[in-house]
Amino acid sequence: MKILTGNDLRTGAVIWWTGSGWSLFVDDAVDVGEDAEEILAREEAARRVNVPYVCQASIDAAGHVRPAHIKDRVRALGPTVRRDLAVTTAEKTGWDWVI
Amino acid sequence: MDNDLGTSPDEVQFRFRDDEPVDHAAVTVDCVLEQTNATAVRIEPGDDARLLLPFLDRLALVEVNFPAFGDGRGYSSARILREAGYTGELRAVGEVLIDQLSHMRRCGFDSFAPDKRLDEQDAARAFATWENVYQRAADARATIADKRHEA
Amino acid sequence: MYRYDSYDQAMVEARVAEFRDQARRRLEGKLTEDQFKPLRLMNGLYLQLHAYMLRVAIPYGTLSSRQMEMLADIAEKYDRGYGHFTTRQNIQFNWIRLEDAADILADLATVEMHAIQTSGNCIRNISSDHFAGAAADEVVDPRPYAELMRQWSSFHPEFSYLPRKFKIAVIASAKDRAAMRLHDIGVRIVKNDAGEVGAQFYVGGGMGRTPMIAPLIRDFVPIDQFITYAEAALRVYNRYGRRDNKYKARIKILVHELGAAEYSRQVEEEFAHLLRVGVEPPLAELERIKAHFAPPAFVDGPKTIDRSDPDFALWVDRNTHRHKHDAYVSAVISLKPPGGIPGDASAAQMRLVARLAREYSFDELRVMHTQNLLLPHVRIADLPAVWQALEAAGLGAANMDTIEDIIACPGLDYCSLANARSIPLAQRISERFAQTGRTEQVGELKLKISGCINACGHHHAGHIGILGVDKKGVENYQLSLGGSEGEDVSLAKITGPGFDEDGVIAAVEKVTEVYLAQRAQGERFLDTYRRIGMEPFKEALYG
Repeated sequence: MKILTGNDLRTGAVIWWTGSGWSLFVDDAVDVGEDAEEILAREEAARRVNVPYVCQASIDAAGHVRPAHIKDRVRALGPTVRRDLAVTTAEKTGWDWVI
Repeated sequence: MDNDLGTSPDEVQFRFRDDEPVDHAAVTVDCVLEQTNATAVRIEPGDDARLLLPFLDRLALVEVNFPAFGDGRGYSSARILREAGYTGELRAVGEVLIDQLSHMRRCGFDSFAPDKRLDEQDAARAFATWENVYQRAADARATIADKRHEA
Repeated sequence: MYRYDSYDQAMVEARVAEFRDQARRRLEGKLTEDQFKPLRLMNGLYLQLHAYMLRVAIPYGTLSSRQMEMLADIAEKYDRGYGHFTTRQNIQFNWIRLEDAADILADLATVEMHAIQTSGNCIRNISSDHFAGAAADEVVDPRPYAELMRQWSSFHPEFSYLPRKFKIAVIASAKDRAAMRLHDIGVRIVKNDAGEVGAQFYVGGGMGRTPMIAPLIRDFVPIDQFITYAEAALRVYNRYGRRDNKYKARIKILVHELGAAEYSRQVEEEFAHLLRVGVEPPLAELERIKAHFAPPAFVDGPKTIDRSDPDFALWVDRNTHRHKHDAYVSAVISLKPPGGIPGDASAAQMRLVARLAREYSFDELRVMHTQNLLLPHVRIADLPAVWQALEAAGLGAANMDTIEDIIACPGLDYCSLANARSIPLAQRISERFAQTGRTEQVGELKLKISGCINACGHHHAGHIGILGVDKKGVENYQLSLGGSEGEDVSLAKITGPGFDEDGVIAAVEKVTEVYLAQRAQGERFLDTYRRIGMEPFKEALYG
């Protein structure tokens, strides 16, 4: 599936497109199908997201959204070397899928 | 404030000169080298500004084009012309944005024709950004070092 | 050290106001990201993987206790309680909000600090020898010359939109502790036979995807023409450096394509012109700056110390450096605890280091390009107290220039450019060597890790270098051997096919085993490699 991500313009936080807004949690990301470019253009113009892009992802057996590329997986949880600073979903999902 | 910036209804938005603007279009550097009567020329980023030095006496307008604001060759072209004694109009054209105005001014530009009209207030603030300067440049302002040791 | 006068202070304050206005225009939509990006970069603000990152300049690596305390305050107030010291003697904060950035710059300005030109296609923060002002072997203190360049390069109207970034290092000794010849311009301040001070210019070095060692472009520039020559060198680059391909836009490519002789000729022509124009600051300005760097009031004292505690003795041997005054040493504070993140320091550690500098080092600190900190002037008699305080704070690792003293870029854990992680490798390698006790046996060995081809981790200059690459979505690591950033500068050569994470750690161990088996009396790893060549290592790795 295709999901959308970028950084919050004001805070820089990694955010994921939920279908109606932006979330800090990758699990909230939804498949945007063919609408990706249109949503990105609109959301960037409205300055609700900075440097947004489309990334490939899948949903695992437990229903978690898993970005395909290692870089987006690191973005989803935080630095692997500072797990104390992780985005809170990490507590639920663990780190084994990131690398 | 607007009047101080010499806003013109033409494409030139800011002009810091009192003389009459040249009223005909600028030619390329190659044209200046080949023919002898043009008084206005446009320098592209890849042009060697020094080729114009033999013709400075008859040039009244040099436009320096910035097709992309991140291409800084035009700043060197401007200073080179001023260092060679050029006193005619030196106009920045193209992607001329707010945050480059003060540096352009220091390099000797005295008129500005941005592709897209700039916010007058933001521009006024930009031209006034640096009350003092560290380097000698084409504007002949006394530098901070000069002021520290002028006594 | 240098202190701002009202002019310097007004300049940084004007910059804060300018950036505040730029950020406002970005948030209001008057600037696009494409337009804003070069502006924020020139104020050290990146957009990284997880957030904005702010790189704060520490000019020539020198800072006061008060400045270090402000960095600690910023880490706690605006970030997540820590900072990362970099190979260009700066500090990076990883979790910055755009809407806070101008406030942070304003806080920095209160202690005469800034983030000016720590990124962007402009002249970056000037780096220098971390032992400047303390080293026994320096001709002069190089920092006044670096400060003169700092002022010249700040908000330079002609050189703010160069083809690419531009890094300058200034040193003043035969020994190169600043990787000077791997900079766009490396300056060595020298004295000629008549005793006059001047500058050697090396131009066109760099790492990145096309590593090059800078050739000598001019042997002696009289010091009253120093800035003029730099201006000429930059003007030739600004006019003729390539802009068609960002990977070929650094000055090293221009110098390489023109040839050093032709580049030098063009600079000489521009130099002669600029001497006529007159762009040099008055010499009195250099004298004014020099007065700020007058040596502190050293006092005589004991030259030896009780070494009965072997841990302390090891730390003294490893982490202290000879000082120009024989009752003092420079003491390295390792930011490389085995298993730790190279270059990271917590706010509490920064405050402790600031306190030690205040009590024991004339209020002065340095950031080293090896991502460590330094107390430049410590009385030998005070070393036990300094060591005990460092030990208690987890800063007492006795491993300077050993295989544990790894340079590593932030890599894929933080950096949006990275292809692979660097930090976990550094953690695992340092931990393994510390646990097996191999560190001391192996001695001086400089291991440097980059997470992408941009080479922020200086892998080309490592005795052992590791470069992380992306191999079909999986981290892969290329090993190289034989680099050096010192006066014996050389570029490392790749051993062969890459390894996965476990594989490259095993490979580093194998390489050190070859060295231990083959070394002659007194040889460092690098010396052995240079004597026996790549083959025996290749054989052990791939044979």
